[in-house]
Amino acid sequence: MRNKRFSVLDHVLVPKHVKLSEEEAYQVLKELGIKPEQLPIIRADDPVAKELGLKPGDIVKVIRKSENAEEVVTYRYVVGM
Amino acid sequence: MSAQLHNLIDQLVDEYEKALREDFRVKCKPTFLTELKEKLHKLLEVRPETTEEEIRRIIDLSVKYYLRALVEPGEAVGTVAAQSIGEPSTQMTLRTFHYAGVKEFNVTLGLPRLIEIVDARKTPSTPMMTIYLEEEYRHDKEKALEVARKIEMTKVENVASTVEIDWYESAIIIRLDPEMLEDKGVTRDDVIRVINKSRIKGKAEPDPEDEYTVIVRLDADAYAGIGEIQKIKDKILGLRIKGIKDIKRVIVQQREGEFVLVTDGSNLSQVLNVEGVDPTRTITNNIKEIEEVLGIEAAREAIIREVLDVLENQGLDVDRRHITLLADTMTWSGEVRQVGRHGIAGTKPSVLARAAFEVTVKQLAEAAVAGEVDELSGVTENIIVGQPIPLGTGMVTLLMNPQALAKKSVKTEPQRVAGGEQS
Repeated sequence: MRNKRFSVLDHVLVPKHVKLSEEEAYQVLKELGIKPEQLPIIRADDPVAKELGLKPGDIVKVIRKSENAEEVVTYRYVVGM
Repeated sequence: MSAQLHNLIDQLVDEYEKALREDFRVKCKPTFLTELKEKLHKLLEVRPETTEEEIRRIIDLSVKYYLRALVEPGEAVGTVAAQSIGEPSTQMTLRTFHYAGVKEFNVTLGLPRLIEIVDARKTPSTPMMTIYLEEEYRHDKEKALEVARKIEMTKVENVASTVEIDWYESAIIIRLDPEMLEDKGVTRDDVIRVINKSRIKGKAEPDPEDEYTVIVRLDADAYAGIGEIQKIKDKILGLRIKGIKDIKRVIVQQREGEFVLVTDGSNLSQVLNVEGVDPTRTITNNIKEIEEVLGIEAAREAIIREVLDVLENQGLDVDRRHITLLADTMTWSGEVRQVGRHGIAGTKPSVLARAAFEVTVKQLAEAAVAGEVDELSGVTENIIVGQPIPLGTGMVTLLMNPQALAKKSVKTEPQRVAGGEQS
């Protein structure tokens, strides 16, 4: 068993997740004209959410690599279980 | 002359990119433009007599096709995606061998695999992992084998050549296969240790006469019956000597200049912790496992990869975006949900739409009891009540406040009407 723990964020399948500050989150919601509940969900006990220390109510920005467009930005709303 | 044309290409493409961003509000960078640039530059080198006119026409046409491929507001993307995945899969049933050998393993492919993915099963029928190795292990076959041995689950039965029961002594005699021992990297003492550590009431010891024989002497009083001793024998054979649970077989393959381990069976969380394994690239075909270990976004990505893999394997060409939509809907709720006959379970809020599908009376009765309200926001409901459906041009609505409008017209202010909302 190795000592240095591997972070799930480094895995090829995991796109970049960025936690939004409150102002940024507000800005995003205003721009999209939606309520946070209308965003896709990420559970607070998701391995990535745990790694980033996300709390229910946060909004996380997900930057995916895409074939048709270099980067696609989406958001997920952190929900407790 | 040629330098001029090269400049022209860059200039034209950049202009188009700007136009796409500003006039069509394309938010992401359309990657086809970069590709187009590269290809045109190459074309000029290969065919120097290409004229300016030709280049202009190529770019114009490419952009035209790109615009045609964009989704318009109000388009029924879900229906189109369902058809676009559904139609090719009918082709699949006709000409698939349900199991296509990947040299050593049988891997479920074709329609059965597609159904498995969409159903979000707990475990696929043929779980499989592709394990990448760290730098120091990936170029040396011996070192790769070393990691493989660590991962592969070895049971007592894998290294035993014969097993006998000595009824008189109430002992079980296991003769080990020296070749298998070496192949799996296990020693006789390992076997003895494992048996003694297990919950079997008895003691394993080496046979003084034969180096490769282990005798398990059972406590005579504890086990009397014949059937019981048989059961213990089976239990001993099933004991795990080493390796990771559920990894039944490991094979070393060479792929693009490095050694890769392919396994039969999957256990992502434990394999990622094995020394020598590159945890950042190692993947499994078990999507539920990926969801648990790497999170919902990784599961989404895995669904896309797996579905594309299945379709490509069959030589079917489905636009990536249909599959992306499928994966998006499946992972929308933060966990992988299956797409069944009802669509995504529990996502149909309309009573009428549900009633239109199956068990009409029951649906209506239950909705009445629960006091449900139908917002008439979907397609089915609106067809039932005879209204235009909210799709395409039917999606645009006029939001108007007559009172506010009346006030404003009195003041003879310019009338402002909120535009249609498109989503």
